[in-house]
Amino acid sequence: MTVTEPALRTPPARTSRSAGVLPVLVLVLVLVVSVIGGISLGPAVVSLPDTLRYLGAALTGGTIGPDDVTGYSIIWQVRTPRVLLAVVVGAGLSVIGVAVQAMVRNALADPFILGVSSGASVGASAVVSFGLFAGLGVYALSAAAFIGALVASVLVYVAAHGRAGLTPLRLVLTGVALAYGFQALMSVIVFFAPFGEAARSVLFWLLGSLGGAAWGSLPIAAATVAIAIVVLLRHSRALDVLSMGDESAASLGVDAAAVRRWLFLLTAVVTGALVAVSGAVGFVGLVMPHLVRILVGADHRRVLVIAPLAGAIFLVWVDLASRTLFAPRELPLGVITALIGVPVFVTLLRRRGYLFGGR
Amino acid sequence: MELTLDAVSVEIAGATLVDELSLKAGDGEVVGLVGPNGSGKSTALRCVYRALRPTSGAVLVDGSDLTAMSIRDSARSVAAVTQDSTTDLDFTVAEVVALGRFPHQRGNPSLSEREQELCAEAMRRTGVTHLARRGVLSLSGGERQRVLIARALVQEPRLLVLDEPTNHLDVRHQVELLSFLRGCGLTVLVALHDLNLAASTCDRLAVLYEGSLVETGPPADVLTPELVRRVFGVTPTVVPHPLTGVPQLLYTVAPESP
Repeated sequence: MTVTEPALRTPPARTSRSAGVLPVLVLVLVLVVSVIGGISLGPAVVSLPDTLRYLGAALTGGTIGPDDVTGYSIIWQVRTPRVLLAVVVGAGLSVIGVAVQAMVRNALADPFILGVSSGASVGASAVVSFGLFAGLGVYALSAAAFIGALVASVLVYVAAHGRAGLTPLRLVLTGVALAYGFQALMSVIVFFAPFGEAARSVLFWLLGSLGGAAWGSLPIAAATVAIAIVVLLRHSRALDVLSMGDESAASLGVDAAAVRRWLFLLTAVVTGALVAVSGAVGFVGLVMPHLVRILVGADHRRVLVIAPLAGAIFLVWVDLASRTLFAPRELPLGVITALIGVPVFVTLLRRRGYLFGGR
Repeated sequence: MELTLDAVSVEIAGATLVDELSLKAGDGEVVGLVGPNGSGKSTALRCVYRALRPTSGAVLVDGSDLTAMSIRDSARSVAAVTQDSTTDLDFTVAEVVALGRFPHQRGNPSLSEREQELCAEAMRRTGVTHLARRGVLSLSGGERQRVLIARALVQEPRLLVLDEPTNHLDVRHQVELLSFLRGCGLTVLVALHDLNLAASTCDRLAVLYEGSLVETGPPADVLTPELVRRVFGVTPTVVPHPLTGVPQLLYTVAPESP
């Protein structure tokens, strides 16, 4: 089969596809700068030297003067956990977006396609409207959202599981269908809420916010995301194989149904944990994977390294915009990610040389 | 590598797709599965490349039962070019070919020098070297099929399974692909629609009808007008190929009487 294929078409321009050490270093640097910027900037700007001094004092156990107490608490108690949570949520949504798109082999999939966010919103609206889990104090909302997310995931899993295991199309269809059910349930809860503010609170929560960030909400979310990234990276080749189709996967030694099962478990838990601390921040998990693939190609070993970094940087800046643009009021994160995400996504789909789903 | 299907049956949702199929492919032999649509060709092949587990019976390679092996182990000796082999993600040709090493790797190592050489050699043999950095989504059907064969070769299989590999290919690419199978030296099990190409390519043909084996043997013994009429429902004129002597089928297309 040695043939000379006539050069009818010029290949699409795409030369730099390697994501070596350099791009990673650059992104890490940008992330560090973004984090410090995000901590320093805000409705009340704290100068960079002061910011660094406060951070230094907090990290090394140093002392600060009495005049610095307000600035210190803004920086260390309010902004630092918030910016770090933006890093965790941005990285998590982005990397889970990659995993979900590989799992269901669908370009339009995002972490919320499996009903997780609408399930969480049922839990959240129950808390907001009727004070469920009042005993848990400030963690009531997170706990209810997480439980709602997991219940939704279990229902989707059970409903989608057919004779041939979890097929991509069944998963997507079941997720989308059940999401409508959860939304209806949430609407009913809000409708019967004893006070009128409930609808507004639920809406705000649904669009995502890091306003509730505190040091307490950080460790679990951070650990979950870190574990997810490590596990996915270890299996990046399996994700490559999975995106070739189930039959090909079998011939390459991968049991697609089995891989899909643990991927489902992993993505459901991580998404639930993220939704619990930040609400449902849309578009990050949909757009970031595509953007990253444009930059470094489809190989998951590269995508899974770059995507979390890019997502983290993106969400740090989105969160900064959310709390400064209309200060002291905060815009929901979902509004800003959609404002940026929609045009980016449309441009991206029209772009020549980037083909997701054929042409 | 010697392949044996020993009374393989596949039942799905009460329907018997393959019924007690027994078949042998000797070392280096090219065996063709032919039969009308729905005769169980693909189902039988899926049992060989581990996408499906037979309901009963066994698939043996060199005497050992495939289902007793891990799916990864069997992928080291059996490679396949399947019909669903499309991806939505724009991997480069080189990346897709390198995935053939997956069953041999543990974890995420980079390709060793030998493996890179293996990939280069497979792409050279299938004539896709110049496409290495192209995205697979921009390839033509013929190019894509050659890339998938390169990936299969990189698996270093001793048995190659192909499910209607000539679908959607123009005649030149069909002939090129089948000539490659003829000369690749591996044991080949291939499902084909075109009886003439099957007769030219295969050492032996196995004719399936409604899940059962009807006839097996060299093309000249199998492709009789009587058998083709019984299985496919058309009566051909069989003539020997003027150059090679293999049987070739001619069909008569007459307007249907009202």
